[in-house]
Amino acid sequence: MFRNQYDSDVTVWSPQGRLHQVEYAMEAVKLGSATVGLKNKDYAVLVALKRASSELASYQKKIIPIDDHLGISIAGITADARLLSRYLRSECLNYKYSYDTAYPVPRLIMNLGNKMQVTTQRYDRRPYGVGLLVAGYDDQGPHIYQVVPSANYYNCKAMSIGSRSQSARTYLERHLKEFKNRTKDELIIDGIKALKSSLPNDESLSSLMEISIAVVGKDQPFKILDDEETKQYLDRTPPVGPQPSSAAAAPAVPGPGPGPEEDYPERDPPADPAVDVGTMEH
Amino acid sequence: MSSIGTGYDLSASQFSPDGKVFQVNYAAKAVEKSGTVVGIRGKDCVVLAVEKIITSPLYEENAASRIYTVDKNIGLVLSGLLADGIKLLSIAREEATNYRMQFDRTIPLKILNERLSAYIHAYTLYSAVRPFGAAVILASWDEVNGAQLYKIEPSGSSFGYFGCASGKAKQQAKTELEKLDLKNMSTEEVVKNAGRIIYQVHDELKDKEFKLELSMVGKEVDGLHRIEPSIWYEMAIEAGNAAKKEDDSDNEV
Amino acid sequence: MLPFNNGFASPLWHNGPIPGGLYNFPGHNGPASQPKKDYGVQRASQPITTGTSVVGLKFDGGVVIAADNLVSYGSMARFQDVQRVFNINNKTVVGAGGDFADFQCIKRYIDQKIIDDMCYADEYEMKPKSLYNWLTRILYTKRSKFEPLWVDIVVGGVEDGVPFLGHVDLRGRSYQDDVIATGFGKHLALPLLRERTETGKPIGRDEAIALVKKCMEVLFYRDCRASPNFTISVCTKEKAEILGPFKVSQNWELAKSVEGY
Repeated sequence: MFRNQYDSDVTVWSPQGRLHQVEYAMEAVKLGSATVGLKNKDYAVLVALKRASSELASYQKKIIPIDDHLGISIAGITADARLLSRYLRSECLNYKYSYDTAYPVPRLIMNLGNKMQVTTQRYDRRPYGVGLLVAGYDDQGPHIYQVVPSANYYNCKAMSIGSRSQSARTYLERHLKEFKNRTKDELIIDGIKALKSSLPNDESLSSLMEISIAVVGKDQPFKILDDEETKQYLDRTPPVGPQPSSAAAAPAVPGPGPGPEEDYPERDPPADPAVDVGTMEH
Repeated sequence: MSSIGTGYDLSASQFSPDGKVFQVNYAAKAVEKSGTVVGIRGKDCVVLAVEKIITSPLYEENAASRIYTVDKNIGLVLSGLLADGIKLLSIAREEATNYRMQFDRTIPLKILNERLSAYIHAYTLYSAVRPFGAAVILASWDEVNGAQLYKIEPSGSSFGYFGCASGKAKQQAKTELEKLDLKNMSTEEVVKNAGRIIYQVHDELKDKEFKLELSMVGKEVDGLHRIEPSIWYEMAIEAGNAAKKEDDSDNEV
Repeated sequence: MLPFNNGFASPLWHNGPIPGGLYNFPGHNGPASQPKKDYGVQRASQPITTGTSVVGLKFDGGVVIAADNLVSYGSMARFQDVQRVFNINNKTVVGAGGDFADFQCIKRYIDQKIIDDMCYADEYEMKPKSLYNWLTRILYTKRSKFEPLWVDIVVGGVEDGVPFLGHVDLRGRSYQDDVIATGFGKHLALPLLRERTETGKPIGRDEAIALVKKCMEVLFYRDCRASPNFTISVCTKEKAEILGPFKVSQNWELAKSVEGY
């Protein structure tokens, strides 16, 4: 892989005004297995693909409960995610101790963003190599937030991150308008469908993979569904046909891909289409 | 920038032989890549407007907002890296709080500008940190000082303005602003011009969709900083759409 | 924003410079301001400038809180036009007795929280239970350091359509009730209020206000630290409003019947 002289430290700007170390950290998100988040009027749902690193290993945990009103699913470096979830948990706990109420999700995420920003600006730190989908519920209803290593965060109607997640995003974009009026069960099935569409054509849910589902919402504390419930939803999900080959070309989000800029490092062919989550702009 | 690659541009604590700190210039480049933002100071108000480029239909309307409130009557708009900008917003809010705790009054914009500038400047002095990749525009209005508008660059230098712009189409927006008689401009006119300029400078070919974000602080909104107050916001969008239509018909001829 | 979350203005590196950290008052945290610790420390053992009773009452659809406008300096009626009930926002009100400086100190932090809510512009607002809980935590923490904030605070409001009334004192003791009175009011006003609430019949807004006014009158006659001028705060689902100042209509004719001294 080509290296340029501006990409070794997070404290160095490239002449084009880019931070290569931060951009590389964004790549780490794409190495994790895919996860999907979506919401209707009263519920937010997370669906994640659990993978086992070998047949002798157990599944990698993908969804982490934070508080009764909040949970995250992760893609990227799991150890970094644990650090962030410890922070989120203690913030929620302290807030509850002080105010006897759940931490408003947007405010919590803003603080998380500020914590993560520090790591993108100091010589002695590196950015967190993990992307989060946050599902929360508070006075303002359900929330899905996407948090990325560049410390940006986005309030989302629905979102998917992780390996091959562009196909899942395409699915979500196509059905975006329908989610609002879905029932909780339908919403979960939509999430599973979106996640399934991100599987390679020749792979179905094999023995090395499993799905993890979590839901939070009105009168529903954050809960990761148990095996029995998960299986029920999986059984109710109709099989997804192979994605039409045009799917990749379908409404891909515009974003400055690898341009002619001279300091852009040449990469291995990305496993994922170069989508906007992979850039730091905006 | 002829000195690219000569090795004098890798640290904020290093001058190049011709007396530049390139890392600060490079940070400013990050600002030039973001959507256009403008701040316009009229007779009794300041209006902030943003061309927020929508990068995914999956985002909510308010995702990645660029306009925020620092204190009751102080607005702040960001251009450049959003994460850096929101950190600066948090610092600005802390400064406002700190000032209120000490003096029991809202921080004067002049003081806030000084403090935030000093903070940003500190990040241009050391090799252990990088300069902020964000520019900040501050706006306020009060009975005593009237409308005030400041812009702070990633270098930490700042100036007061009648009208200022930042981001992609900064030059174009500045050209438009210079045509206006801002000192005597009514609130309505300022709002309309803000909407018009953002719609005009938006490049439909390069960036697909955008959302106009707009806020104002001034006499007409009870001296508070309000983000997208309905009547005014609609007025700005209307003016923007009208301007766009006019531009389009010009092109046809 | 109060910097208790991340402490943003942290040093750039270990023991390094703090960006923007030059403007605090001289001696703010410097060594010069630290007292020498070779003798004991004297703690506050009494309040200095004080407000007397606060009376609060829940009614059908809201709460009402009343306190007189006097802040005393010992036994002297020193400040005679000081409001002691406040609207925090549209759903939360407080009334304060005890050391008024301590309350003013707390009030500044509350006010900042309300401004924070405004700045976030996200429609979340401080609710009465949250404020009540926060006060409990603050006051208990302070008393545990043997530095109590010498206050008696009544928090009222409407949360999710349900009236709320709670009391916190200088030791972090806290309880919620349909009727609350502090100070002298505990002895004089509570029986009057309970007499009515124990009938179990719903109380309307106007009746609640009248009842509280009656309490203020009784308190004025019997409590030597009370004044005839008082203010009432009423909070309903729709809004929080301040009524008054009112004045107790005094009748000292009865003084003539006091004989034999």
